[in-house]
Amino acid sequence: MLDLSPDEWIAIRLSLRIAVVATLVALPFGIAMAWLLARKSFWGKTLLDGLVHLPLVLPPVVTGYLLLITFGRRGLLGAFLADQLGIVFSFRWTGAALACGIMGFPLLVRPIRLAIEAIDTRLEEAASTLGANGVWVFLTVTLPLALPGLIAGTVLCFAKALGEFGATITFVANIPGETQTISAAIYTFTQVPNGDAAAGRLVLVAIAISLAALVAAEWLSRRAGMRFHGE
Amino acid sequence: MLDVDVEKRLGDFSLSARFQTGNGVTAVFGPSGAGKTTLVNMIAGLVAPDRGRIAIDETVLFDSTKRIDLPPHRRRIGYVFQEGRLFPHFSVAHNLDYGRRMCGLPPDRAQMARIVGLLDIGQLLERRPGKLSGGERQRIAIGRALLMRPRLLLLDEPLASLDIARKREILPYLERLRDEVGVPMVYVSHQAAELRRIATSVVWIKAGRVEAAGGKELLDAADADAVL
Repeated sequence: MLDLSPDEWIAIRLSLRIAVVATLVALPFGIAMAWLLARKSFWGKTLLDGLVHLPLVLPPVVTGYLLLITFGRRGLLGAFLADQLGIVFSFRWTGAALACGIMGFPLLVRPIRLAIEAIDTRLEEAASTLGANGVWVFLTVTLPLALPGLIAGTVLCFAKALGEFGATITFVANIPGETQTISAAIYTFTQVPNGDAAAGRLVLVAIAISLAALVAAEWLSRRAGMRFHGE
Repeated sequence: MLDVDVEKRLGDFSLSARFQTGNGVTAVFGPSGAGKTTLVNMIAGLVAPDRGRIAIDETVLFDSTKRIDLPPHRRRIGYVFQEGRLFPHFSVAHNLDYGRRMCGLPPDRAQMARIVGLLDIGQLLERRPGKLSGGERQRIAIGRALLMRPRLLLLDEPLASLDIARKREILPYLERLRDEVGVPMVYVSHQAAELRRIATSVVWIKAGRVEAAGGKELLDAADADAVL
């Protein structure tokens, strides 16, 4: 089996924690954004859509730098959050989670939005004639029917968060035990002599986690799909 | 008693209808494109009239002068759609129970058993809608609308998507509904044949206007008119 060193384990555990937290925190915002973009028409919608997708097309270094000047200790929001609420992002694992969440956000929103757009709104009308108000219609009809998209978006966001490198290292640097994720650790090992074996082990771990996430998503989506088309 | 007086303009088409219905089954009859579905959608609250008033007994559902417009979920009007519109992610039993739960009514096993027996759907309860025939789906849709204990039941061409054999299968259930359940019904159709069996009164709609309202003899008049 892989003989991982304690430092490598730390990087793996940290990566998983950052990716899970980033995905879970992004999820409610992603669902709200997907619903807004799928169902509402309002002034500036194209702009908002563009903003959501921006991290996908911007160089990650740029996103990281923007995060640094916004959420850094002396940043506009960063100073306020640190002084008023005691929340610090810069050079902390929470900052890495923030960067990963923002980088994964477009991948989260898109499948959910497409799933919501594909739902027959006449089913929602039927629910409203049966006494369901807007919130209940969303919770009992829209959200369950968008489940396959929800699963796909969650997994894509998780995978992106797990592998994120550029924005994270720009925003929170590469501190072992705090912000050094699998990607950052691999990068570090490739920069030192005799680091190849350690880098190789982490590469295998990264492949295994990503593959497991994809297989799990496929299985969940198929189960969700089956529920709609049979017993 | 349902009291309708509405006006609605949709592009080139204008709908202007005024009628009252009592207990029993009121047929809203007329050719395709006469505005029948728009009319029942206004009663259900899915489409807002430009002007007018809709009330059931003392309960005002819509009144443009008083700016009253109850949303669909507060109207307590059962609606059976042409295509059934069952929830594909719920079992039949869960579909049937949906309206009762959303309306905050206590569970009523006796009522459930009565409706399930009336519509003969006991053997379908554990299934998912995706595996049902068209006729079975419409029976579930009728049961689902009845179990919310509606003030009024709207049926919009409930047989139109079914073949002749399936229509013959459903019609007896609708007759039992009329004779045994006692919920007033508004039954939209362009088929005089099915209305002759089920209707107790008729509102004849033609090109967005009420041509006449009265008894079943109107069906013959309307049929003769359609041939001309």
